[in-house]
Amino acid sequence: MAAAAPLCLLVLLLLGPGVWGQTEPPRDSLREELVITPLPSGDVAATFQFRTRWDSELQREEVSHYRLFPKALGQLISKYSLRELHLSLTQGFWRTRYWGTPFLQAPSGAELWAWFQDTVTDVDESWKELSNVLSGIFCASLNFIDSTNTVTPSASFKPLGLANGTDHSFLRYAVLPREVVCTENLTPWKKLLPCSSKAGLSVLLKADRLFHTSYHSQAVHIRPVCRDARCASISWELRQTLSVVFDAFVTGQGKQDWSLFRMFSRTLTEPCPLASESRVYVDVTNYSQDNETLEVYPPPLTTYQDVVLGTRKTYAVYDLLDTAVINNSRSLNLQLKWKRPPGNGYIHYQPAQDRMQPHLLEMLMQLPASSVTKVSIQFERALLKWTEYTPDPNHGFYVSPSVLSALVPSEVAAQPVDWEESPLFNTLFPVSDSSSYFVRLYTEPLLVNLPTPDFSMPYNVICLTCTVVAVCYGSFYNLLTRTFQVEEPSKGGLAKRLANLIRRARGVPPL
Amino acid sequence: MVDTCFLGRGFTTLVGLLLLPFGSLAASQIEDQAEQFFRSGHTNNWAVLVCTSRFWFNYRHVANTLSVYRSVKRLGIPDSHIVLMLADDMACNPRNPKPATVFSHKNMELNVYGDDVEVDYRSYEVTVENFLRVLTGRIPSSTPRSKRLLSDDRSNILIYMTGHGGNGFLKFQDSEEITNIELADAFEQMWQKRRYNELLFIIDTCQGASMYERFYSPNIMALASSQVGEDSLSHQPDPAIGVHLMDRYTFYVLEFLEEINPASQTNMNDLFQVCPKSLCVSTPGHRTDLFQRDPKNVLITDFFGSVRKVEITTETISLQPDSGIMESSYKKDLMDEELMEPLKYAEQLPVAQIIHQKPKLKDWHPPGGFILGLWALIIMVFFKTYGIKHMKFIF
Repeated sequence: MAAAAPLCLLVLLLLGPGVWGQTEPPRDSLREELVITPLPSGDVAATFQFRTRWDSELQREEVSHYRLFPKALGQLISKYSLRELHLSLTQGFWRTRYWGTPFLQAPSGAELWAWFQDTVTDVDESWKELSNVLSGIFCASLNFIDSTNTVTPSASFKPLGLANGTDHSFLRYAVLPREVVCTENLTPWKKLLPCSSKAGLSVLLKADRLFHTSYHSQAVHIRPVCRDARCASISWELRQTLSVVFDAFVTGQGKQDWSLFRMFSRTLTEPCPLASESRVYVDVTNYSQDNETLEVYPPPLTTYQDVVLGTRKTYAVYDLLDTAVINNSRSLNLQLKWKRPPGNGYIHYQPAQDRMQPHLLEMLMQLPASSVTKVSIQFERALLKWTEYTPDPNHGFYVSPSVLSALVPSEVAAQPVDWEESPLFNTLFPVSDSSSYFVRLYTEPLLVNLPTPDFSMPYNVICLTCTVVAVCYGSFYNLLTRTFQVEEPSKGGLAKRLANLIRRARGVPPL
Repeated sequence: MVDTCFLGRGFTTLVGLLLLPFGSLAASQIEDQAEQFFRSGHTNNWAVLVCTSRFWFNYRHVANTLSVYRSVKRLGIPDSHIVLMLADDMACNPRNPKPATVFSHKNMELNVYGDDVEVDYRSYEVTVENFLRVLTGRIPSSTPRSKRLLSDDRSNILIYMTGHGGNGFLKFQDSEEITNIELADAFEQMWQKRRYNELLFIIDTCQGASMYERFYSPNIMALASSQVGEDSLSHQPDPAIGVHLMDRYTFYVLEFLEEINPASQTNMNDLFQVCPKSLCVSTPGHRTDLFQRDPKNVLITDFFGSVRKVEITTETISLQPDSGIMESSYKKDLMDEELMEPLKYAEQLPVAQIIHQKPKLKDWHPPGGFILGLWALIIMVFFKTYGIKHMKFIF
C-alpha cells in the first residue's frame, strides 16, 4: 500500500502533462506578399509570394496532421526523401533589356529540379516517380521527363536551403520547353494555398487577367531553412511564387496609369485570416528622385528602403493586417499615376495601307543632356506586283527622309526683333521663347533594295517552252501523221536528154 | 349439417378476408421489385471526355468537350471522377484573342473553360494507347490517381469523343487512328473486368454512327451525331475569334443539358430527340439494342450527373478528440536542439571549389557479353589462320 502510493503519484505525474497539456502554439505560419514594380518600359510587374513555414522534421516522425502546409506536398517530401524541390511553369520570356533584372526568372515551359536526401538508393527511380506524381498534382505533362531530358549538373544548382554536403549525384534537373501553362495549372496551384483564392492576396489571382500578360511564371519551391537565428534545427519552407508582367499597350490601352482593378479586375478586401503577415510593396524608387514622376494613391503609411539586386530601392508598404489601411472604403485599390510621363510624351502612329497611304510616325521626346538617343524601326520587305516595278528596279526604292524639329536651348538669350528691320537670315523661324531656338533638320533618304524578280524569265520560258513543244510534240506529230510513199524515178524528159547531150560532149558521165 | 356448411362458408370468407391483405402486400412487393428492375443499380459515376483534334482551326472540338465537362461538373460529378483529355491547348494559344477562355456561343457569351478546370491528359499525351489504357485500366504503376479510371462494376460511365472521323475510325491528333473494332474490343475488356455497370457512348464526328456499329458487350447505349456517309457540321463562327466555336450536335446537346438539374426526371428518349435533321443537317443516330433497360426509364442524371441513393440514419456517433499525439514529438525536437551544431546554407557559386573539383569518373562496368563474344571470335579466327603454335608465344 505504501509502495503503491508513490507509484500512483508517479503515474499521475506522468499523465499530468499529457492529459491537461495547454494548447501549444501553431507550428506553421503563412506570410503573403505582393510586390508591384513599374518597369522602365511602361509595363508593370507584379510578383506574388506565399510562404508557408512548417517547424517540423518531416523525415523523423510520422506526420498525419496537416494544417497550413498542403498535404499533397508534405507526403511527397516524406515519401521520396526530398531535400529540395523546385518546379516552375512559365509562359513568355523576361526581357531584361526593357524590364530590368527580375527577382526570380524561370525558363519558358516547365522546369523541375530536385535534391534528394543521402538516404535514397536509386535516385533515378525516385526522380521518375516524382515527376509522375507532380504531373498528376499540377495537371502538366511532367511525365514526359525521363532520361532523355534529365541531367545531373555538377557545378551549378547548389541547394538553396540548408545543406551539410553537396554530392551532386543526388541532384536532378529537367526542362520541358514545350509545356504550356494555362488555367488548369493555376487551379491546383491555387488550391495549395491555405486561403485558396477566397481571402487575402490570392483573391487577385483571376486566370483571365493573369494569362493576358507578356510574362507569366508560377513556381513552387520547397526547401529546408533555419528555424531561428541560432539555426540549430530545420523548418520546411514552401514558397509559391507567381510573377506576371502586364503590357502597357494591351492592358492599359496605352495609358500608363495602373491600378489593382485594371490589372486584376479585383481589389483587396481583407487579409487572409490564417496569415501572420500580408503586405503589398510598391516600388517607388523613381518617386524620390528628380521629376517626381510616380504617385501612389492611397498614400502609404510606411516605406521600406533596402539594397535590392545591387541598387538602393524604396518601397511603399501597405500592411493588410493593419486596420488603418483598409479603413472605411472596405477595399484597397492601389493606384499608380504618372504625374509627368517619363520618356516619350507624345506618340502618333498611323500605319500604312497598301497602295493607299504610307506610314506616319511622330514622337515628342525630351533628350537628356550629353546623351545619345537612338530611334530604330523594324520593317519587312514586301513583294510588289510585276507592273509596279520601275524599269530600273535594281537601283532600289527610296524611303523619304525623316524630319527632326527641335527646340535647342540657346547659350545666349535672343531678343524678339521686328522682321522688317532685321536681316532675312534671322527671320526664317518665328521666335516665341528667347531661351531656345527652333531648328528643323532632315536625315538622309534611305535606299532600300527590294527583292527583284528576274524580268528575263518570261523570254527564257517562252524559248524553252517552244523548243520543248516543237521537239516533243513535233516529233510525235510527225511520227503519227507522216506517211511514206514510194516515188518512181522519172525516166526521161526533154531537159534531161539535152543535158546528157552536153555532158557527152564534155566527157562527163551522163545523168 | 347446415351448421357445418354455414361454419365452412364463414371460415372461407374469413380466410378470404385474410388472404386479401396478403395478396395486396404481395402485389405491392412485386411492383417494388419491378420498379427496382427498371431503376439503375449504379453507385458511382465516371466520365471520360476526349477531344482528339489538334491545331487552332479545330477550336470547336475543344469547346465541345469542355461544354460537356461543364455540364457534367454542374450536375455533380467531381473532378476526381472525370478523365478529361484535350489534344491541344486553345485557351492559352497565342492565337486566342482572349486568353484563358474558350467560348461556346458567339459574342463570347459563355466561357466553358471557366476558372476551375483540371485537364488530366493534355497535348501529346492524348494518344490511342493512353486512351485505351485508361479505359481498360492497364496503366503503368507510376500513373497518378487523377489520370486513372478507377471504376468498378457498379459505375455508370459516360464516354464522349469528338474530333475528325470517318467510316469506322476516329483520327487522333492527325497522326494516328482508332478503329471501331478496337473500341468495341476495349469495351469488351471493360465488361469482362467488370469495370462498368452501364456505359453511355456519345460521339460527335463525321460518320459517327460507324463507331458504334461493332459494339458487342452488354449494357452499352450509344449516340452519334451523324450516320455513315454524312458529315457532322459546325455551328457558327465568331468573327472576333475567327473560327467555328462549336459543332451543331453538341451545341444542341449543351442547350438541352443546361435545362437539366440534379433532380430532373428527363429520360434518354428526350436526348435522342435533340437536334433533329432540320437543325443539325446530319441525322443523329442511336443504338440501344445492347442496353437492358428501356431508354424511357433511363434518367439523364444516371450518366451525366452523380445522383446517389442516400440512406438517412438517425443514430448519433460521438467522436473522441485526441490531443496527446503532437505533444511528445515537439518535446523531442526541443531536446535535440541543444545537441546538434548550427546548420548553414550552401554557397551558391563556390568558384574555387568548382575549379578544383575533378569530373566524376563513371563507374567501371566489366565488358558485356557482346564485347566478350566479339573478342573471342577475333582471337579464334587469328589462331585458326596462323596456327595453334603461336599460342606458346602469348602464354
